[in-house]
Amino acid sequence: MLRSSFLLISALLIFTSACRYDMQDQPKYKPYKKSEFFADGRASRDLPAGVVPRGFLRDDKSFFTGKKEGVTNVQVQTTTDASGNTVVTSFPDAIEEFPIPVTKELIDRGQERYNIYCIVCHGPTGNGDGMIVRRGFVRPPTYHDDRLRNAPVGHFYDVITNGWGRMNGYAEKIQPADRWAIVAYIRALQYSQNPNGMKPLVISENKVAKNVEKGGNR
Amino acid sequence: MAQVFHKSANTIAKASIALAVILAGLSFYVVTQLARSSYLTGTYLERQQPVQFSHKHHVGDDGIDCRYCHTTVETTASAGMPSTQTCMNCHSQIWADSPYLEIVRASYRENKPIEWERVHDLPEYVYFNHSIHVNKGIGCSSCHGDVANMPAVYQVNTLQMEWCLSCHRNPEEFVRPKEEIYNTAWVNNLTPEEKKKLKEEYKIRPAEMLTSCSTCHR
Ligand code: HEC
Ligand code: HEC
Ligand code: HEC
Ligand code: HEC
Ligand code: HEC
Ligand code: HEC
Repeated sequence: MLRSSFLLISALLIFTSACRYDMQDQPKYKPYKKSEFFADGRASRDLPAGVVPRGFLRDDKSFFTGKKEGVTNVQVQTTTDASGNTVVTSFPDAIEEFPIPVTKELIDRGQERYNIYCIVCHGPTGNGDGMIVRRGFVRPPTYHDDRLRNAPVGHFYDVITNGWGRMNGYAEKIQPADRWAIVAYIRALQYSQNPNGMKPLVISENKVAKNVEKGGNR
Repeated sequence: MAQVFHKSANTIAKASIALAVILAGLSFYVVTQLARSSYLTGTYLERQQPVQFSHKHHVGDDGIDCRYCHTTVETTASAGMPSTQTCMNCHSQIWADSPYLEIVRASYRENKPIEWERVHDLPEYVYFNHSIHVNKGIGCSSCHGDVANMPAVYQVNTLQMEWCLSCHRNPEEFVRPKEEIYNTAWVNNLTPEEKKKLKEEYKIRPAEMLTSCSTCHR
């Protein structure tokens, strides 16, 4: 009697081990999990067209696009550089002033972000000699020529957001507030290489710091 | 009546009791070791990936920061996997015709994600969050090893509960300064005082809170 019940319990114990897999792979979606339900197999879905998540209204045009309000029908000037490429030299719709206060913290944050996302191509001082360029990527222009020294801050913001020529945009990776931080750091780099030849930096004292919770951050 | 058992039966009986105890102990030991073995935990196993992506080339040789690709590691539970667009930021130009990268280009053309094999995979009844670890001074290499020198990523820790707890019981042994979080070759030679100071700076909570079941099973 004792022996047979012992055998029975052992046999039943074998089945208990099967339960853990239900708990290990639960019928819920975690990031990057495969989906059987959606045709393209992705559990992470894009937002339907036209949806504005709470806090993402992005109504402050200068902060979120770096463009001036109400400038339409933009005519840009171009020149041709030594290697025959067309180079844009005027940026009429880009804002000239930082839309947020420029502080030491902002520039430090910009330095950290620059060293993650930009240094690989533009190099530590912005000369355009980063590691990836040495491995064969097209050489970006240096930040230290008159054209980019005089370019308005809105232009740099626009390049990070939408890309420029053969450089892809980084909007997917860098949030708006961080993009402005990078722009501030690029300005700091330009000063560091040419302290006398720069226009004084327009630091707008009356600007209010963006509440990142309210659409600035994501 | 003649004796049924020979005199040696006494010895055999005693020996067999001892043997049974030893055998039980041994099999317990074998089971626990097996549970921690690389066969059952997947430690040191390289996965066959659709693209022969090498962290050694990209991080070790080219110096790309982890966050360039694992963008959300500081802000969300998931570290985030790079989109195909991320690869194309560089591979639109570098190795643009290489057969190694055909899958990446196809994924870009057809707007279909690359299906990477998961290397680290916790059971889904465990809650894990990257951002809190990274922001409280735990570097990537404390958990993932020296990724910057791995041609193919493999798991260096068991990811078992006892491993998580071994750190949650005394995190001061593992904390490091903020600038070293992404340096996977970092060697820990902090003095006990420095460790204590870091633990205070990061405001790490006491072990009782970090080892309570609901921290990880929620
Ligand atoms: C993969 C390499 C690469 C990375 C990473 C990169 N860039 Fe560029 N960048 C380029 C190239 C190449 C050009 C030149 C594009 C052209 O003219 O076709 C360029 C051009 C620029 C320009 C000059 C635009 C003009 O008016 O000529 C700016 C400003 C700039 N990048 C800023 C940035 C910032 C800020 C980052 C980081 C967020 C960044 N780049 C990251 C490759 C890169
Ligand atoms: C150029 C982009 C890139 C960079 C930079 C990069 N990774 Fe990765 N990482 C990937 C890709 C793609 C995968 C998926 C393929 C694989 O597992 O090898 C991956 C996978 C991983 C995995 C395994 C994920 C899993 O499936 O469990 C870990 C861990 C990891 N990376 C850590 C790091 C660390 C730490 C760094 C910085 C030292 C880093 N990565 C830098 C692109 C990158
Ligand atoms: C910032 C630029 C950059 C990004 C982003 C990048 N790569 Fe690369 N990749 C390189 C460079 C440079 C090389 C050449 C390797 C070398 O010589 O060091 C390379 C080489 C390769 C190779 C050839 C084999 C090897 O390792 O040498 C493969 C495959 C590859 N990359 C896949 C990827 C994938 C997949 C991604 C996206 C997750 C990616 N790369 C993102 C710059 C980049
Ligand atoms: C405290 C330990 C720990 C630290 C520190 C850590 N990771 Fe992880 N990582 C894990 C675990 C555990 C998983 C598996 C998560 C899962 O299965 O849900 C993982 C998964 C990943 C993945 C796969 C994608 C995902 O999020 O599931 C990547 C990529 C990754 N880690 C990169 C990094 C990078 C880069 C760093 C440094 C900035 C880092 N990890 C720091 C423990 C850690
Ligand atoms: C190398 C050290 C280390 C390892 C390994 C580690 N952790 Fe942590 N973990 C920490 C530290 C430090 C904190 C931050 C504690 C705090 O906020 O006070 C933390 C916090 C957490 C939190 C957040 C707690 C909360 O209340 O928000 C979770 C969840 C967590 N860890 C899960 C895990 C899991 C699951 C594993 C194993 C896969 C793991 N950790 C491995 C060091 C570690
Ligand atoms: C630091 C995070 C952490 C804490 C705290 C924690 N666990 Fe776990 N637990 C894990 C992880 C990770 C696993 C998955 C282990 C594996 O995959 O082998 C796990 C697995 C388990 C399992 C399943 C074991 C199996 O093999 O099926 C049980 C039961 C469990 N934990 C109970 C507890 C209890 C009870 C407590 C509180 C005393 C607790 N855990 C606290 C991280 C934690």
